[in-house]
Amino acid sequence: MSTSSAASKPRKVLGIAQSLGTANGDTHQDVPPTVPTPLLNDAQRREMFVFMLRAREFDLAMIRLYRQGRAFGGVYSQIGNEATSVGSCSALRASDALFPMHRSVGAHFVRGQELKTLLKNFLAREGSAMRGTDGTGHYADVEKKVFGNVSHLGAMIPVAAGYVLAAKMRGEPTVALTYIGDGGAQTGEFHEAMNFASVQRLPLVLVIENNQYAYSTPNKDEFACKRLSDRAAGYGCFGETIDGTDLERVYESCFYAVERARNEGMPSIIETLTMRMRGHAEHDDAGYVPKEVFAYWDKRDPIKRYEQFVIERGIMTATEIQDLRATLAAEMNATIDEVIALPFPKAEEGRKLVFVE
Amino acid sequence: MFIDTQAAKNQMFTLFTRFMAELTYLQALSDALRYEMRRDESVFLIGEDIATYGGAFRITQGFAQEFGRKRVIDTPISEAAIIGAAIGASLNGMRPVAEMQFMDFVTNGFNQIVNVAATTAYRWGIGVPIVVRGPSGGGVGGGPFHSRNSEAWFAHASGVKVVCPAFPADAKGLLLASIRDNNPVVFYEHKGLYRKIKEDVPEGEYVVPLGKARVVRQGRDASIISYGSSVHDALAVADELSNEGVEIEVVDIRTLVPFDEETVLASVRKTNRVLVAHEAVLTAGFGGEIAARIADKAFEYLDAPVRRLAAFDAPTPFAPTLEQEVLPNKAKMMDEMMRLLAY
Repeated sequence: MSTSSAASKPRKVLGIAQSLGTANGDTHQDVPPTVPTPLLNDAQRREMFVFMLRAREFDLAMIRLYRQGRAFGGVYSQIGNEATSVGSCSALRASDALFPMHRSVGAHFVRGQELKTLLKNFLAREGSAMRGTDGTGHYADVEKKVFGNVSHLGAMIPVAAGYVLAAKMRGEPTVALTYIGDGGAQTGEFHEAMNFASVQRLPLVLVIENNQYAYSTPNKDEFACKRLSDRAAGYGCFGETIDGTDLERVYESCFYAVERARNEGMPSIIETLTMRMRGHAEHDDAGYVPKEVFAYWDKRDPIKRYEQFVIERGIMTATEIQDLRATLAAEMNATIDEVIALPFPKAEEGRKLVFVE
Repeated sequence: MFIDTQAAKNQMFTLFTRFMAELTYLQALSDALRYEMRRDESVFLIGEDIATYGGAFRITQGFAQEFGRKRVIDTPISEAAIIGAAIGASLNGMRPVAEMQFMDFVTNGFNQIVNVAATTAYRWGIGVPIVVRGPSGGGVGGGPFHSRNSEAWFAHASGVKVVCPAFPADAKGLLLASIRDNNPVVFYEHKGLYRKIKEDVPEGEYVVPLGKARVVRQGRDASIISYGSSVHDALAVADELSNEGVEIEVVDIRTLVPFDEETVLASVRKTNRVLVAHEAVLTAGFGGEIAARIADKAFEYLDAPVRRLAAFDAPTPFAPTLEQEVLPNKAKMMDEMMRLLAY
């Protein structure tokens, strides 16, 4: 089962992550170097880097809009989680299905979702995919095989399992990838779904984004096992814990998980260690997170880490990256202006489509 | 013109036997599932002990042999996974029928129905063609956890259709309609009726549309609006009163969502007295909704306040004495009817 010698490095990171907040938390450990995976070429790396940058721009823009009072509802950023969502989703084929979570904006971009489409959803404007009935990344796009979540986290894991159960019945090689946090991993549906998927040998990959906190509750108050991936042993599926701020590792791990799912019908639990660098949502200042914890993870910012890697490998120069960021920011601002100018959906939409024909 | 009477008789007999069979409520459900699985490859069954064992009530006996274990799936005791997987499969082109071994256990999959299935059409414009079906109802000594009538919970969810057949033919026809519906349907079978009643059920294709109430017995003096097991109490009351020259109209609403308001109101306008009856508990029961609609839309036709008969507000108890005390029955319905007629 899981955890080969390759996972011994992440184990150390986990130890520190989990002991933060205790007397011996070593917050000064150096950031490990990014080791390239043989599975990626530089063109793919560049593309994935752009997805991460775009996700970051998106989150920063939403935070700005929230502060300006132009966004409403909760703004849940994925700052700190970009490598996890971009790296994992990039391991899928177009024919595979994605069941994202609320902090998966990077995965939406990997799936080819238009910025404008996302913004219309997040800002509940006319013509949005959900007609204003719901917001954020909860939408579905059947063509792109993206099926958004409900706020009851854990609920979509059995749904993702059922999606590939249907595919398996028809002999189609579809894999489903879904996410859960360290918080949602404690739900009954998590357990029922992973057990069912393992019994049925369904091609399901579950990425647990362990970003250290479920709202204000730290890992130590959420679970007593060492790693969340340890649970795989109890289900009879594959499990491993990896550094979720290292794009190369996330891609590699998820690539093999997707292959295992497709070829062997072996579900996987991939726990990615990362950090939610903001509050639960923007109303929350995350004052319960010790400063050293933020400092520790700030050094491991997935974008900073990958930027250094990209420059060192000569994939892009610092100037090119700067220019790219400016282009992405300009694109973001122009699209926001365009979407913000749209009206809200018509009120009568609220009375439509409780049922389909 | 020469008529071969024997041949005609044979033909009639063939037609009759081809189109009708006397089935129990339970057999009618099996017949519906088998018919639809033969007709439509996207239909499959998922639940606990339904394949090897054939279901706790044997509704799917022989199904695994006929359709294979791919289409008749025995699962762990995991109602959320059963219903969740059904939803996921329905998003991928299938029409799953999920069995709750007892409808009481639907609570363990409640989140999947009310938050995932019920909101999908509204949020995504995509249908979730699943049926969650199973035995409900008391009167069989099932106790608090094998007797509950929880249909009103789902009527309150918005986005779920709720079906409660009272007769074998309706059980079949409504189940076929439910499987073919593109929306989530929670299908309440009454376990007390499973082997108790038999009637002629059309063979093969037989669909009863959702959202159409049925006037089971015509009357003029009062109406009983009900569904499920209470319909049979209502018919017994009507039979008895008919001997005394009182004609009770019995309306079986058959589906709570969609609710056939028109048929109910038409009956009220005709008889001017109405008793709303169900086996589920009184408070916040669906009968309250029916009574409110009648008060709102047929007030001026009423010669008496709308009466309600339902279970006493308590879990369904185990001992027969207690169970009879809390559940409605024919005698209690007769009492209510006498009060209604005396008003």
